[in-house]
Amino acid sequence: MSSNSFSYNEQSGGGEAAELGQEATSTISPSGAFGLFSSDLKKNEDLKQMLESNKDSAKLDAMKRIVGMIAKGKNASELFPAVVKNVASKNIEIKKLVYVYLVRYAEEQQDLALLSISTFQRALKDPNQLIRASALRVLSSIRVPIIVPIMMLAIKEASADLSPYVRKNAAHAIQKLYSLDPEQKEMLIEVIEKLLKDKSTLVAGSVVMAFEEVCPDRIDLIHKNYRKLCNLLVDVEEWGQVVIIHMLTRYARTQFVSPWKEGDELEDNEKNFYESDDDQKEKTDKRKKPYTMDPDHRLLIRNTKPLLQSRNAAVVMAVAQLYWHISPKSEAGIISKSLVRLLRSNREVQYIVLQNIATMSIQRKGMFEPYLKSFYVRSTDPTMIKTLKLEILTNLANEANISTLLREFQTYVKSQDKQFAAATIQTIGRCATNILEVTDTCLNGLVCLLSNRDEIVVAESVVVIKKLLQMQPAQHGEIIKHMAKLLDSITVPVARASILWLIGENCERVPKIAPDVLRKMAKSFTSEDDLVKLQILNLGAKLYLTNSKQTKLLTQYILNLGKYDQNYDIRDRTRFIRQLIVPNEKSGALSKYAKKIFLAQKPAPLLESPFKDRDHFQLGTLSHTLNIKATGYLELSNWPEVAPDPSVRNVEVIELAKEWTPAGKAKQENSAKKFYSESEEEEDSSDSSSDSESESGSESGEQGQSGEEGDSSEDSSEDSSSEQDSDSGRDSGQENKRTAKRNSKAKGKSKIVLGSPKIEKEKKTKQDRTPVAKDVSLLDLDDCQYACICTNENSCAASSNEWKRTSCPLFLSKAALHFW
Amino acid sequence: MIHSLFLINCSGDIFLEKHWKSVVSQSVCDYFFEAQEKAADVENVPPVISTPHHYLISIYRDKLFFVSVIQTEVPPLFVIEFLHRVADTFQVGSSNVGDTLPTGQLSNIPWRRAGVKYTNNEAYFDVIEEIDAIIDKSGSTVFAEIQGVIDACIKLSGMPDLSLSFMNPRLLDDVSFHPCIRFKRWESERVLSFIPPDGNFRLISYRVSSQNLVAIPVYVKHSISFKENSSCGRFDITIGPKQNMGKTIEGITVTVHMPKVVLNMNLTPTQGSYTFDPVTKVLTWDVGKITPQKLPSLKGLVNLQSGAPKPEENPSLNIQFKIQQLAISGLKVNRLDMYGEKYKPFKGVKYVTKAGKFQVRT
Repeated sequence: MSSNSFSYNEQSGGGEAAELGQEATSTISPSGAFGLFSSDLKKNEDLKQMLESNKDSAKLDAMKRIVGMIAKGKNASELFPAVVKNVASKNIEIKKLVYVYLVRYAEEQQDLALLSISTFQRALKDPNQLIRASALRVLSSIRVPIIVPIMMLAIKEASADLSPYVRKNAAHAIQKLYSLDPEQKEMLIEVIEKLLKDKSTLVAGSVVMAFEEVCPDRIDLIHKNYRKLCNLLVDVEEWGQVVIIHMLTRYARTQFVSPWKEGDELEDNEKNFYESDDDQKEKTDKRKKPYTMDPDHRLLIRNTKPLLQSRNAAVVMAVAQLYWHISPKSEAGIISKSLVRLLRSNREVQYIVLQNIATMSIQRKGMFEPYLKSFYVRSTDPTMIKTLKLEILTNLANEANISTLLREFQTYVKSQDKQFAAATIQTIGRCATNILEVTDTCLNGLVCLLSNRDEIVVAESVVVIKKLLQMQPAQHGEIIKHMAKLLDSITVPVARASILWLIGENCERVPKIAPDVLRKMAKSFTSEDDLVKLQILNLGAKLYLTNSKQTKLLTQYILNLGKYDQNYDIRDRTRFIRQLIVPNEKSGALSKYAKKIFLAQKPAPLLESPFKDRDHFQLGTLSHTLNIKATGYLELSNWPEVAPDPSVRNVEVIELAKEWTPAGKAKQENSAKKFYSESEEEEDSSDSSSDSESESGSESGEQGQSGEEGDSSEDSSEDSSSEQDSDSGRDSGQENKRTAKRNSKAKGKSKIVLGSPKIEKEKKTKQDRTPVAKDVSLLDLDDCQYACICTNENSCAASSNEWKRTSCPLFLSKAALHFW
Repeated sequence: MIHSLFLINCSGDIFLEKHWKSVVSQSVCDYFFEAQEKAADVENVPPVISTPHHYLISIYRDKLFFVSVIQTEVPPLFVIEFLHRVADTFQVGSSNVGDTLPTGQLSNIPWRRAGVKYTNNEAYFDVIEEIDAIIDKSGSTVFAEIQGVIDACIKLSGMPDLSLSFMNPRLLDDVSFHPCIRFKRWESERVLSFIPPDGNFRLISYRVSSQNLVAIPVYVKHSISFKENSSCGRFDITIGPKQNMGKTIEGITVTVHMPKVVLNMNLTPTQGSYTFDPVTKVLTWDVGKITPQKLPSLKGLVNLQSGAPKPEENPSLNIQFKIQQLAISGLKVNRLDMYGEKYKPFKGVKYVTKAGKFQVRT
């Protein structure tokens, strides 16, 4: 399908993209007629004919072109009847493309789409797991409400399939059915519950995804599967890992008590400040029970750690947020290195990772301080990346590194990227307020910038200086004079307004300059920006109150100008000020306090990080990135005061084995099988016991882990050995694997070399099963006349039970279809 | 998770769409176009946009935008990483967009297909290291770091089980792995043990521990000045070898984003050739390799827009270079062993050092 889409070179001339497209087109289009799609109507006749031809090659060509049309967003719906006829085609290539078409148009042509349903139902019974899975995929993607019951049934069946791949697709189908008909929720939860018990790494990610979509609040379904999910995690495919880790993070926050010590609650950058009340701390410590971490809590933290090394940025971020939200604060440090590594990636990944680091660096500076230089800005970074890096640098600034940082900032201020230069000036302002040692240095630096040639830089400096001066106005008469002079040259309204406000506030400190400024402003009043006009009015009012001798007339003149201004805000302000400051018979009690009102001590603005309020969102989420609560965002709960019963996670051995074994298989299992599954249970319980020994990562815990290490490497070596077999008997491969695993377990947890006994065992198992499988496929051939794939699948290990289900009345036969 | 995907080319045409759930109208992309207009350049289009009914998460690759439509909370990196993988597949080209559709074989090892056969069994490893650096005006190093990857090209029959060991694995400070690598073996023995995928793939990426001082193989002497109240400036840079471990430095390219007020440049290179694009203001000097006897230099005049104020800042120089047969960190592969198959494969390791984000401030 993707092939046909490469025809965009029609529209876009030039560029690499077009070249790529041309190459692709030349390799894929023997019909070579993409350019002709513009005359849709005629072509469609042609396509219909091709679809009706006897040759598969013509049909395939037609289908490729039709799918190409879909990919380009063109309407191909009128071809529906012609296409749907081919749904039972024996050519698997054609079939796949017809599926693609059906998924797109079935919703629009529901009646016709029903014609294809029986084909899928038959395919759901196909001996080839790929066909079964894709049939389920298409069936669940056809958004036709009338087939909801059929979908429900198909999902239930598939969730008990022998092939983990089909079960995985069942999990995917759950989400689709839920979005089509939310009323199926209860039934779907049952299926989810069943699939959660599945032990295949293939299924785990998909079913947790379904869980998150359908019933994320049913945390009780997780308890029994918690340890298994933790242990499987490393071997799950990467996308599944992301979903599982996010879910387990939420789970941990509801089930375990906080590992954060009282003292940790104070951000470590504030620690020094609190060190003096040591006594108080000790008291609280004594009252508290000593904290011991739940072994299950430890298990999660331990088992996610290797995933920090994943090549997938989403996995690394998922582990990072897990550590941030649930690990003891002393252990969260290990995530910094991995997050910094992601900064080498493309700009989109950088953008998200930097945002998250920005939030983290506000609360725990120490984590990223060693990587300070990794956040240095390059002139080639996009502006959004530059500003994020700057944000982080600001958060990391402290007494020790500020001089280095200020030198770095000097380079940034000169940047050609003026938006970035302006952001740097803001940053310098923030550093000046946060680190008292450098306030004066910063202020001087900013004053120097006032003579910069670039107006944006000057304006930004003015605004920042205004904020800084507000904090310690007394000492800076000179700077104010300097800024007053700037009024002659600077045109940016915010900067002009800032200067005027500053002069007004300090009018008694610059008694000669202030009235003169007012005089100039009175002259230019009408041509000023509204923002500036308001500040001129304020300045006038303040001067009237402090120096009415010199400025009375000027102020009245300005008030008159303001009275007839076009902007109602300014007219309002004018009226208000006049009533307040100019005494007349009506003026109330307030006039007496006019001076106090206007020249009150005003609190200095806090220069804060824009990331300050983001920490209430779970890191790594869409909501965190947008800083708004996204649809479907699940709050991370606070740690419970008292831990809920930890025994809910204990797995009851016998029950477990019964429940998760697919129904069809259970009957067929012989006594030898049972023996093996029991041994697996033992293994489970031994796992959990080793976990309980490993309290808060003690030595024994590490040993327990290394034991598991051995296990997982065995697994992968088995993978390799059973791989050759897998062609002939994929389904049985799964069985073999398990058998082999148990076998090796029986030999003790020593190092396993691909020993002969195991292989023999595998062979034996296969031999046992093969005859059954053959019978089945033959039987099936007769029954279904649907043989296109069966021929290759001679040794599919599906049980005979499953095939008997074909005759199950619940499935729609052709006859039933007529009824609809 | 991802509801729909639109592919948009540089002229703003939506040329491909794919819907995983219900069909979302193309008009949702208008919000994206709006954001694109607001951003000064393509690099600054925010990757995550919120619209009244959807969220748009996009990536920009090879002059194409991949815009995905999201309806509910999802880790944004999940989507971004996925979109990049989609873009990767498109780039790989004909193998995935060929006449025959992939059959999607299932294998117990998801990354390797079953039944691989070659007449010549070969395994090649490229150790590629990149130096990221910021060099300040005076030539001292503000920041330098070595990032490396090992790319593999494996053409081995059957199910080979490989282990690759290093002479000095301690150099590797932070490593990320292809899923085929057995993590525990690395943790315990510092050996890369894996059943490889078939063909080309990236085995590991690593960062060299920051305790090791980074050797900077080149230096740049520069003098760039713009005269006040005049419409010209001077430009003069020379490149020389520094710590190059006796190897030739080749493939040198210098790229400079000149300030906007620069109209044109009249320069003379002592070797190689240069271009200046008056529209994008990008100067590119293709130097070639350094011969220590005669250091390459590029000097001449810069024409400025008359009347405009002289630029505040001198532009940074972005340098590219390549050194064959050298891993600048000193990393060395010790040996490669193969288990599980009987034949004797041909093995090869190649080292190369390149400039990564190598920037000289002037």
